Amino acid sequence: MAIDKNARYLESHEYAKPSGEYMVFGISDHAQAELGDVVFVELPAVGKTLAKGAIFGTIESVKAASDLYAPLSGTVVEVNEAVKNDPSLVNKDCYGDGWLIKVAPSDPAEFQSLLDSAAYGKAIGEE
Amino acid sequence: MNTMNMRDEPLVYELSRTGRRGCALPKSDVPEYVLPEDLVREELDLPELDELTVVRHFTRLSQKNFSIDTEFYPLGSCTMKYNPKVNEVAASNPGWKNLHPLVGEEHAQGALELMWRLQEGLREIGGFAAASLQPAAGAHGELSGVLMIRAALRARGDDGRRKMLIPDSAHGTNPASCTMAGFVTQTIPSGPDGNIDMTALRSALDESVAGIMITNPNTLGLFEKNIEEICRLVHEAGGYVYGDGANMNALAGIFRPGRSGIDVMHFNLHKTFSTPHGGGGPGAGMVAANESLAPYLPGPVVVKDGEAYRLAMPPKSIGRVKAFHGNFGILVRAYVYLLMMGADGLRRVAENAVLNANYLKSLVEAVYPVPYKRHCMHEFVAKGTVAEGVHTLDIAKRLIDYGFHPPTIYFPLIVQEALMIEPTETESKETLDLYAEALRKIAAEAASQPELLHEAPHNAPVARLDEVMAARCPVLCYRG
Amino acid sequence: MPFIPNTDEERAEMLKAIGVSSVQELFSDIPERLRIGSLDLPEGVSEVEALEAVESLAERNVQTKKMDWFLGAGAYYGYIPAVVPALASRGEFLTAYTPYQPEVSQGTLQAIFEYQSMMAKLLGMAVVNASHYDGATALAEAVLMAWKAKEDRKRILLPVDLHPEYAQVIETYCASFDIEFVEYRGAPEAASFDDRTAAIVVAYPDFCGEVYPIEKAAERAHEAGALCIVQADPLMCALMKSPGEQGADIVTAEGQWLGNPLNFGGPYLGIMGTTEALVRRMPGRIVGETKDKIGRRGFVLTLSTREQHIRREKAVSNICSNQGLSMLQTCIYLATLGKQGLKEVAKQSYDKAHYAAELLGKIPGYRVRSSRFFREFLVETPKPAAQLVEILTKRGIMPGLALSRYYSDRDHELLVCVTEMNTRAQIERLAAALKEASK
Repeated sequence: MAIDKNARYLESHEYAKPSGEYMVFGISDHAQAELGDVVFVELPAVGKTLAKGAIFGTIESVKAASDLYAPLSGTVVEVNEAVKNDPSLVNKDCYGDGWLIKVAPSDPAEFQSLLDSAAYGKAIGEE
Repeated sequence: MNTMNMRDEPLVYELSRTGRRGCALPKSDVPEYVLPEDLVREELDLPELDELTVVRHFTRLSQKNFSIDTEFYPLGSCTMKYNPKVNEVAASNPGWKNLHPLVGEEHAQGALELMWRLQEGLREIGGFAAASLQPAAGAHGELSGVLMIRAALRARGDDGRRKMLIPDSAHGTNPASCTMAGFVTQTIPSGPDGNIDMTALRSALDESVAGIMITNPNTLGLFEKNIEEICRLVHEAGGYVYGDGANMNALAGIFRPGRSGIDVMHFNLHKTFSTPHGGGGPGAGMVAANESLAPYLPGPVVVKDGEAYRLAMPPKSIGRVKAFHGNFGILVRAYVYLLMMGADGLRRVAENAVLNANYLKSLVEAVYPVPYKRHCMHEFVAKGTVAEGVHTLDIAKRLIDYGFHPPTIYFPLIVQEALMIEPTETESKETLDLYAEALRKIAAEAASQPELLHEAPHNAPVARLDEVMAARCPVLCYRG
Repeated sequence: MPFIPNTDEERAEMLKAIGVSSVQELFSDIPERLRIGSLDLPEGVSEVEALEAVESLAERNVQTKKMDWFLGAGAYYGYIPAVVPALASRGEFLTAYTPYQPEVSQGTLQAIFEYQSMMAKLLGMAVVNASHYDGATALAEAVLMAWKAKEDRKRILLPVDLHPEYAQVIETYCASFDIEFVEYRGAPEAASFDDRTAAIVVAYPDFCGEVYPIEKAAERAHEAGALCIVQADPLMCALMKSPGEQGADIVTAEGQWLGNPLNFGGPYLGIMGTTEALVRRMPGRIVGETKDKIGRRGFVLTLSTREQHIRREKAVSNICSNQGLSMLQTCIYLATLGKQGLKEVAKQSYDKAHYAAELLGKIPGYRVRSSRFFREFLVETPKPAAQLVEILTKRGIMPGLALSRYYSDRDHELLVCVTEMNTRAQIERLAAALKEASK
């Protein structure tokens, strides 16, 4: 499973990745594989403020639905409209075109509290 | 090999030809009146078919179904037993079909007496103080029951209790019903014997507990041996015990849940009492309660007043859960079944249901691992781990080629690759032998020709369908 | 025993295979003291006797067919073409389970898809689900759906003249939540919308038969950021504008009179439809079209992540069993009557009801209160309506519903319903009998 070294992770498999002054949220390659073919994503509106750990949306396959937890606190500045129209992007390129939302972090220091790629790899049983 | 209709069948809209009609009304014998101009409907897009086309269409559709009448259908926890034809004859009597729900009680004494007899019969079977026939389905009975618990807690000034305990083997309706009654659920794990883990239960019992929902036998087909102790502990903690009666087919006439400490419970008349499943419903989910919760039952219920029967709301009723008087037509069917069974018949039903399940288990467990080594009740759970790279889904689909409906699969969630098999008492030994033989053959195929399983079913009107496409780009309505 | 094939010999063989000496041994997990000695139930009887017992009970009820019938109030006596029960009672439909294995359930699945399609077009909605228990529970679920869709808003506007039993079911379903109900009277657009309003419920027509257009109410609801729920008579929609084309977000309805018998109140058919925007919040099963691996069309249950068996406590509803067979009856009914037939049932009902209202309005002491109605209207009576019902019933006429059944202060109001089943002669007998009885 691919683990993006530039991102940091929650144990629930969401990642946050710096993009200029913003943070991009998505789910890890491991998570998309576990979920199977993604058929639907529900994402928040631009402008919504999220607390770290809050549910910011849901992601669904045919037989499962998972809540999405915010890795960091912040305000939503952009939502990936492409992934809403074509949820398979999450399966094809979860760290790239399959990103979910872009957030202006309210406390950038929170990034350091997340699992780095090595720790996340351990958490999912990969070295 | 089955005898299904393999031909494509067009949709009713595709069969439509402008100007055709399937049914004519008598000529109107009154003057015509003008419709309100601002509300006149311009376009009505319904098909136009002649009667024979309608008959062939729905007959052909029916031939694309497996059903109890045509195939062995051993879905776990669904109790797909034979649905006696006499039930249908009794329910189609004009005295029921043409009986309006709002006639005065004096004009519906026959219907009310039937309801009363069924209500009291089921109450007796369950060992409860009172019952209501209102709920239209099992989940509807659950909702009624947890609302009753909520109301009782509120009445005693204890509305702060919001935690409902749910074993991890429970049906999804249990937690979903709790949410609809404003409860928060906490999952209680099962122990190594497949019953509720008593240590986990004890530690979950605190001042916030509203109650517990128990299915007995549980969805592993195992009797909750500690049922009395569970009820005692929950009661001591100030909570109520809800009984999910989905699996009563194992127990009717043998064990009365109301006497083991369960406070409120629903019965699925479409499982235990032989009414048909109808491709999804209608069912009936009668709910019964002990003295403490009986006043909260949904109403109206039927009471006997001298020689007359009338409808009454229980004193502290949670209210109506549906309009009118429950799924009455289903109640007629269940009543016929109850009459024909009697106490002795019900006991024999349970005994043979349990015997058939244990027999079938004994025939397949050498090949399909059964995780809990106990006698089962009316059903058992095995694992589809028969060969590398083959999954339960593949086994299920391959059973179709052998002319059998698959069992319930991937449930309960606590058993990986679960196959949950409930043969019921209405199946013969030959059928069980054939089913076991098919399962053993499939296990052999899984090792030698796994592609046979992966590609199954081969003998059905359609092959496996693209569910991902269906969910990604939903087409939910004809778009022609 | 006719429903248990095992013979004593077979039972012995089976016990041997299991490795136990008696059936009782299989029940050893049940504590001895909890096992039943005997049940207080009559002995089982034969099929002949059971049928006789039920038939003798069935004879002790009044029947629509044997009287001049003008009672509706949420359950209507309509004609059911012979093909409807003949086809719906086929064992392959009747004794199938929920279509979780689509390859061997295409019959049920395609029928549901056809029902969804016809009903969606009739109501003017994008999507209709595979049924609720009845019209009342469908409406209660719609209220919960709207309330959850509009987080931070807790007000629901309800018409005063909503079917009383529907209002009671809403109350039961919503008892656990912080929802505030505000009643409005008359035209729905005149209700007081504000920024706390989650939804308005419009009855189309209302319990007393009055038909209010929905369009303005839907506009006002949307301006206020609220949803418009319509409780509709689906037969009326064959003649009058559908709720969908007037802007409804959620439509619920009772479908009994589209092919299902009265049956003393059930099983009936709860109908719910909604827009594409709200479909993932809608409860109930939904069937979608797809293809198999060689490109053949097929149907599957879809959007299942809304439902209890997947989402458990986070499901949009707990509904599992629905009214599949009632839905199938309605599906066959709609296909049989079709476009012209359904319009004609609706138009004959409309004409006959208006003819009846004209006659009743001319009787001294009676006044027709409904101004715009479909096939049910409210009449003010010179004597308590319950008395009139009693007098006329004895003469073989069921004149309608005395509103005092539900409202103690409305004792001089009679709700009269006329369907396609009523003849001119019956209507004229009703008028004559009401005139006679008022003396």
